[in-house]
Amino acid sequence: MTLTLKLSRLTKTYQGVQALSDVTLSVAAGERVALLGHNGAGKSTMMKIILGLIPHDSGEVVVTGAAPGSAVARQNVAYLPENVAFHPALTGVEQIASYLRLRGEDPSKAASLLDRVGLHAAGRRRIGTYSKGMRQRVGLAQALIGQPKLLVLDEPTSGLDPVSRRDFYALLDGLAAEGASILLSSHALTEVEARTDRILILSKGRMVAQGTLGDLRRDAALPVVLQVIPRKDAEAEVAAALPGATPEGAALVLPCAQDDKLAALARIVALGDRVADLEVLPPSLEDIYSHFSHRDGQ
Amino acid sequence: MNRILAIAGTESRIALRNRWVSIAVAMMGLFALVLSAAGSSPTGALGADRLSVTVASLTSLSVYLIPLMALLMSFDAIAGEVERGTLPLLLTYPVSRAEVLIGKLVAHLAILSLAVAVGFGIASIAAIAQDRGAVAGLPSLWRLLWSSVLLGATFIGVGYAISAFARRPSGAAGLAIGFWLVAIVLYDLGLLAAVVADSGGTFTTNVFPYALLANPADAFRLFNLAASQATAAAAGVAGAANTIPVWQSLASIILWPAVTLGLAVLAFRRVTP
Repeated sequence: MTLTLKLSRLTKTYQGVQALSDVTLSVAAGERVALLGHNGAGKSTMMKIILGLIPHDSGEVVVTGAAPGSAVARQNVAYLPENVAFHPALTGVEQIASYLRLRGEDPSKAASLLDRVGLHAAGRRRIGTYSKGMRQRVGLAQALIGQPKLLVLDEPTSGLDPVSRRDFYALLDGLAAEGASILLSSHALTEVEARTDRILILSKGRMVAQGTLGDLRRDAALPVVLQVIPRKDAEAEVAAALPGATPEGAALVLPCAQDDKLAALARIVALGDRVADLEVLPPSLEDIYSHFSHRDGQ
Repeated sequence: MNRILAIAGTESRIALRNRWVSIAVAMMGLFALVLSAAGSSPTGALGADRLSVTVASLTSLSVYLIPLMALLMSFDAIAGEVERGTLPLLLTYPVSRAEVLIGKLVAHLAILSLAVAVGFGIASIAAIAQDRGAVAGLPSLWRLLWSSVLLGATFIGVGYAISAFARRPSGAAGLAIGFWLVAIVLYDLGLLAAVVADSGGTFTTNVFPYALLANPADAFRLFNLAASQATAAAAGVAGAANTIPVWQSLASIILWPAVTLGLAVLAFRRVTP
């Protein structure tokens, strides 16, 4: 397995504030990794260090076998900044052609790159007339130039509608299948859930969780919620049989640990036709995310 | 080289769209026309050909106008990228900061050269149309043209350095105008005052010539007036022009562009995106 990116014990202090502390991470070729965290959790700082835009205080960073920001690393890494911006007087085609030239590629590929991100019609209009979503697509098109080995995408789907998001992730799947590593940041766990191989959660500059969604779900060990709706005339009887349940409207809500789930279900089933309905609600993705991103403060 | 050309291509396109090309050409053209019209009367008494007289007036014009245009074109170069948020992405591309600045310089200098060529062209056509003998002044016009381009390069470099130092376009604009005022207007006034106060003492003989050479605009004026036959037509530093060897003023106008570009690269390296 070849590593495209390796961070070990990375630390960075910004004006007395610990922006990143002791972050260790490696990304293999073809791997899609999502970086989650609140605003100010250190996601953008970490990305800028990987890109060599800002220096770090201690720890080691190796990008495609080279130092961050070195000629080799810049040749191999593509970046999509958060809220990507371009000069408003240029057209989409001109801007992409210019970036192609900077990477030593044929500038006539610009139109086909814009086609790939669904911007064919607007390519000859000035970027000043574009919507945020269209600018984001131009940003994505420039990140696709010249088969990068590592794509660093800072909140790439902000400003995209749900259909465009799906197209965007399909594009990433294709790149990953060709061997590119992808590191993308996001605010929402729901969005990256099925689209990434690994999820990292940063909170106040620390890596608080890392793994597949299944790993995170298991590690968080959040309670399952059983929602029991008793028959109209048997409410008191059911409530008595389920200590710990709290009434919520017509239902009784019973939180229980993952390991006790089956035992609790057996007790409910034993109540027979006194139970009108039953729902089993697993912890939501947002619950898991808040569990990890808050834990650090405790 | 390709990367420098890529930056230069983008930058000239932006300048074209922002009307900088037309503004610069129109400005130089207009001033040249006004000068030709105004300078048409006193030639006979001077015994110089009409074009040489025009070159002397154009020199005085260029000393003010070219640094101003150069600074106006360049003050936004880095601060503007910082403000628009386009700098971080650009710096992740395989292009060095020096290459970025050289690319921008190529574009801005090409626009300035075009404006200067159009302006001087108009003035020389006007001079030759009125006086066939004016072709004798063509070498001094050519000298004025290339030295103007070097003067422009110097101040474009200053503009980049200011732009990198200020990091905000509004701050950079203020600094650029302030710099122009000090380097072009107040510097000479200060020297003049010092020379008057000194009345032929050590300052006038030992310090004054080097003070003139140290300022690229004064060196430009010295070089063109000393080399021209029409020094008598220009006032001010004409006396000094005769005491300073031409090679010294030439060295000054050749060295300054390299110095200011170097300073700009150093200032740009200190910008953290």
